[in-house]
Amino acid sequence: MSFINYSAREINCKLVYYGPGLCGKTTNLQFIYTKTKEDAKGKMISLATETERTLFFDFLPLNLGSIRGFKTRFHLYTVPGQVFYDASRKLILKGVDGVCFVADSQEERMEANIESLDNLRYNLEEQGYNLDELPYVIQYNKRDLPNAMPIPALSEMLNPNRVPEYEAAAVDGTGVFETLKALAKQVLNELRKGST
Amino acid sequence: MMNPQMVMYEEELAQIQAITDKLLRDSRSQTILVVDKNGQMIVTSGGSTDLDTTSLSSLVAGNVAATGGIAQVIREDEFTGQFHEGKDISVHMTLVARRIILVVLFGKETTHGLVRLRVRKAMGDLTAVFEALERKAATQSPQQNVFAEITDDDIDNLFND
Repeated sequence: MSFINYSAREINCKLVYYGPGLCGKTTNLQFIYTKTKEDAKGKMISLATETERTLFFDFLPLNLGSIRGFKTRFHLYTVPGQVFYDASRKLILKGVDGVCFVADSQEERMEANIESLDNLRYNLEEQGYNLDELPYVIQYNKRDLPNAMPIPALSEMLNPNRVPEYEAAAVDGTGVFETLKALAKQVLNELRKGST
Repeated sequence: MMNPQMVMYEEELAQIQAITDKLLRDSRSQTILVVDKNGQMIVTSGGSTDLDTTSLSSLVAGNVAATGGIAQVIREDEFTGQFHEGKDISVHMTLVARRIILVVLFGKETTHGLVRLRVRKAMGDLTAVFEALERKAATQSPQQNVFAEITDDDIDNLFND
């Protein structure tokens, strides 16, 4: 749910990075954080376990600049990917404006990708959203690994509706900003559509 | 599908600010935040400038969401209030009109009892403002919406850095 503050002339939107455990959601946010200018970002918060696994969420506020005098602020969240944190994942999807599904390109994680994508669709429906109608992009992460599956095979299984998809290696930043920009654009376009 | 937007106008923002400023004085607290359930900060009163209100808002919303999740599991409707007691600063959080979180940070200058008492009064006032705001946003014509005028170039320009 976007928040438009006419008084402060601000637009606030919420983007959620979803995907199976260890697919690189937090790594995406960490790269965005390290490469964003100081004045365009807030503090990154990670609610993680002692072993650096996301326990509740990561949070990164970004200021993208102004449109027609309105500051655009994006709040980036990740969900905990591990299966048993499902209750937390549902909570984080509340009020979402756009979703990035981060898939793990490794062959042995294909089942986990499919399970997580089903879980995303189901959890969104529980909150009254339909994934097919939300701003949505897919990122195939870990393209740098030798056991990464070919893109057509991943796409066939994870992207039947042909939403925008991006290759990435979040660990070195490849594809991270392309994915974010594509999603942010979709969200802003959606706001425009909704206003006419 | 378009998400229901939350919209804030100058008039209502001033009303909310006046309510929280009064609450700050009456409860002798240090800082007051009004945050929406998704973690977007709406208004602050008092507080030092180095307080990271963006982080605080997001964490407060996460906290309230988690508590709401607990309520669901134990089949309770909703927990409307939370209190965290610290050595120097304590936090009182209240859910207002089911979508707004009123956060009061207070120290030794006051008591939890006084804070609760003053919050109860402010809650009624805030509920009235947010209900009016919801009605106003629903009747606002699209022409007055800033997004209608945004072009593809405006959006592209955001990313030209």
